[in-house]
Amino acid sequence: MISGGSDTGYRKQSVVGRRMFILSAAKLVVFGGIIAQLFSLQINQNKKYLTLSDKNRLREWKLPPIRGDFQDFFGNTIAGNLKVYQLHVIPEQVENFNSLIIRVKDILELDQKTFNKIIKKKKSQKPWETLIVSENLSWDQFVKINFYLHELSGVKPVLSVARSYPYNENYTHLLGYVAQASQNDLANNSEIKKKHVPGLRVGKIGLERSLENDLIGMNGVQRYEVNAYGKRINQIDHVEGQKGKSIRLTVDTKIQQTCNELLKDRAGSISVMDIYTGDILAMHSSPSFDPNLFLYGISYENWEAIRNNPKKPLINRSITGLYPPGSTIKPIVALSALENNIISPNFKVNCSGKIEMYGQTYNCWKKKGHGVVNLRDALKVSCDTFFYEMSRRLGVDRLNETAKKFGLGNKVFNNIFNEEKSGLVPSTKWKKNVLGKGWVLGETLITGIGQGYIQTTPLQLCLMTAQLANGGFKINPKIIVNKEDLSFEEIKSKMSKNLEEKIQGPDFDDAMVGLEMSSSKEDNLYSPLFRNQENVKFVLEAMFASTNEVRGTSYSSRIEDKKYQFAGKTGTSQVKRITEAQRELDLDISQIPYEDRDHALYIAFGPYKNPRYAMSVFIEHGGSGGSTAAPMAKKLFKVVIDRHEEREKFKQKNINFVA
Amino acid sequence: MFQETALSGQTTFFQKLRSLDYILLFCLLILGLVSSLSMYSTEGGEVLYHTKSHVIRFIVFFSMMLILSFVNLRLWHSIGYIFYFVVLCLLIWASMYGVKASGSQRWVDLYFINLQPSELMKVAIIMCFAKFYHRTQIHLVNNFKNLIVPMVVLIVPILLVVSQPDLGTSILIGLSGLVVLWLSGVNAKYFIYSSLILLISLPFVISVLKPYQKLRILTFFNPDRDPLGAGYQIIQSKIAVGSGGLSGKGFLKGTQSYLDFLPEKHTDFIFTLFSEEHGFVGSVLLLFLYAIIIYRTAKIGASARSFFGKLFCYGFASSIFIYVTVNMSMVLGLLPIVGSPLPIMSYGGSSMLATMIGFSVVMSTKIYQKQIIA
Repeated sequence: MISGGSDTGYRKQSVVGRRMFILSAAKLVVFGGIIAQLFSLQINQNKKYLTLSDKNRLREWKLPPIRGDFQDFFGNTIAGNLKVYQLHVIPEQVENFNSLIIRVKDILELDQKTFNKIIKKKKSQKPWETLIVSENLSWDQFVKINFYLHELSGVKPVLSVARSYPYNENYTHLLGYVAQASQNDLANNSEIKKKHVPGLRVGKIGLERSLENDLIGMNGVQRYEVNAYGKRINQIDHVEGQKGKSIRLTVDTKIQQTCNELLKDRAGSISVMDIYTGDILAMHSSPSFDPNLFLYGISYENWEAIRNNPKKPLINRSITGLYPPGSTIKPIVALSALENNIISPNFKVNCSGKIEMYGQTYNCWKKKGHGVVNLRDALKVSCDTFFYEMSRRLGVDRLNETAKKFGLGNKVFNNIFNEEKSGLVPSTKWKKNVLGKGWVLGETLITGIGQGYIQTTPLQLCLMTAQLANGGFKINPKIIVNKEDLSFEEIKSKMSKNLEEKIQGPDFDDAMVGLEMSSSKEDNLYSPLFRNQENVKFVLEAMFASTNEVRGTSYSSRIEDKKYQFAGKTGTSQVKRITEAQRELDLDISQIPYEDRDHALYIAFGPYKNPRYAMSVFIEHGGSGGSTAAPMAKKLFKVVIDRHEEREKFKQKNINFVA
Repeated sequence: MFQETALSGQTTFFQKLRSLDYILLFCLLILGLVSSLSMYSTEGGEVLYHTKSHVIRFIVFFSMMLILSFVNLRLWHSIGYIFYFVVLCLLIWASMYGVKASGSQRWVDLYFINLQPSELMKVAIIMCFAKFYHRTQIHLVNNFKNLIVPMVVLIVPILLVVSQPDLGTSILIGLSGLVVLWLSGVNAKYFIYSSLILLISLPFVISVLKPYQKLRILTFFNPDRDPLGAGYQIIQSKIAVGSGGLSGKGFLKGTQSYLDFLPEKHTDFIFTLFSEEHGFVGSVLLLFLYAIIIYRTAKIGASARSFFGKLFCYGFASSIFIYVTVNMSMVLGLLPIVGSPLPIMSYGGSSMLATMIGFSVVMSTKIYQKQIIA
């Protein structure tokens, strides 16, 4: 009895054996299939799945980049970064956000408005994005939060940096200010878009805006491993960010502050420029405001106060304010007439207070008239009658040529300020093209005293003065210090070399045309803007007379000390046409409504013996240039000249110092 | 005669001990070790609840299996039907008074263990069929009566499990049963016919499926249809396996797993975790380990003299193969996601218990391989 023994038993065994054999073969095939799939996933597509796995587990957090500083010429920080205490929450890491935020509200004693803002902000961002509950905790609040921290899980007190402007309103228009990046900022600047993190501040106006890409810096990056619920498990990697480029400006804070003090409560602008290097020592527009207000979002009250101020603090008058230059244009008119040989310095006009021309009466500012005046006297006493007659002979197109050459009607900077305006120096062609009308001769007369169509910015007047004061050479106005900047000595020798070339040149009239044609600004830098330097010298001498001789329009603001002695030209530009009746009244300035008062202007350069600096002072509705603007220039000159030594000493010590 | 000594049941305990299949036991131990380490890894390298209870269960059930191996094969044969009916009763009990968890009612509370009778049914059905065909003459296998009875025996528990609802387990029970039917000589044409009928009735079957089951099938065909919802599991599983590469990310370093991207990592997706950490090499080795276990089990069946033992071993080996195949295919994206554990590797007491009971019978067949059951 070896086995079941029966035939069926054997058959059964053989059937099951056979079928098991078939099944085993099938199993081998199936296991082969599984191995093939493993091979395909793990070997063939390994890279793809590895990437997907990393995408799952790694998440990057960009840290806000640290913005570069602004420094003045002496390396003082004029826009920097301040340490601030902030409160951050990552909503998805908090169990009960609502109760937490109410607790925080109580501890920080936040008002309902701020609280609502936070709630709104939370809704607008992703749950894993950092919610900045407070951007600027006071020390007391910071201490309090830390005290209660154990019951506020998910809340993070953070030490961060924020933009600060230590000189408050002094540099507002120059530097601009920063505020939270808007959708517009993100759309217009790819650099901002790339580096954006919640709460990033970007420049809104001024240099902060135009130099954004240099200032912004590089984000730090924190790479975390996160789990399926987005919770950070551990930090994989930390890449330090890079602070943005620090930018050193040519400005002198002392002078800038003096400008601010001088203009206090008035609307106006003061600019000071080195007449050789083109360095802008100060450029202030008043009234100003504190840019620090914008950092955390300006409050409604503050914003309304700035916006509704009748003196319009938001306008940067220095480069965007367009005003008729008034008599400050006269040196250019005189130069143009001399250069074009319209008159000789001996040409005389009898001023009786007014002149009848083409059936219209043109008045001199002095009702009684100046009597018989020559060119020098006309500049000194600012005789309008003389300039009417001279402009009539000169013609507006020749005046236009000279004025443009010396910097009027063109932007002073090359795209540093987006908002800068180019102003307007009229010509017959311009009127035909733009207004579609023919030029009327009477318009030439009023253009000759800086009224009518002509409009300039205060900074243009400063550049004009500088390019006259340096003997009539083209300079490069600039506000940012560069390593490649030429020194004063280098520029001076370049100028004299260019002058020599010009004198020896075969035909300098053609050479002038050549200069006009060349498109590049660099090409004719430091080259003469005149045909005969004697003409420039004549005009400068007349300006000296205007300030330093009896009967000169700014005689009362003269400084006799040779060290500070300066030359200048007053300007009083009308805002509206004065009727004959008003003229008879001869109202005192206080009796005229503010908006109707004249603008007061003054351009000056000094020290007269060896000029280095030019300035323009502009007071909106300030009355007459001689009584309002010139005294400010006097005060400012003292400071500018005193600072000159400091500046030279600093240059000696820090050759090639660039922030 | 040598055979007579064997048959007279006078073999000593020592002889029995020697006749155990040590290769199979060794493989099972290795598998237990691997599964415990994997469980340890699912808990991020800490011995927590799952690891502890898995290790304890393995030790307890493995020891139980060793002891039960010495039970005479005749006894297993004699309780074949009883075992089936007891499990069937438990199934009915579960559907009426069972413990509910995550939307289905699969468990019976036995105070010391929450038993899942559907898992036991996977073994019980094989044992029941093995006994049934042991007695049936080969020429009567394709008799009408002998076809209808196994069909009923198979369909009743399947319907009970489907209604729990537990599609995965019912499919596995069905496949286990069918494979025994096939092995025992049921005419191949019936399998072909019924497959055809199944194919035709497929639209009807789909229409009675639960919405989540339908979703799973749709998702299988296109996992990217809803990557954060229904497709999530399979996408994450494939990412885990694929990112493992040739040699894996290393023990305890499976990022998909410890960062919780992997769903159900203790149970159905334990192979994904293993594959992520040990790569292609590890996965193939694990598959090879299962292949050895299946081969050794089948080999015991081949040398068994009794038809009961032979059929059970063949059937059990084939169902281990089916469990492994279904589970791995599922996590590798070759089959739709249905709940199906990987034998011994997956966390779950009932599954382990059922598997170990199966191996007890296999071992018993080995020890009593010369025995003839009348």
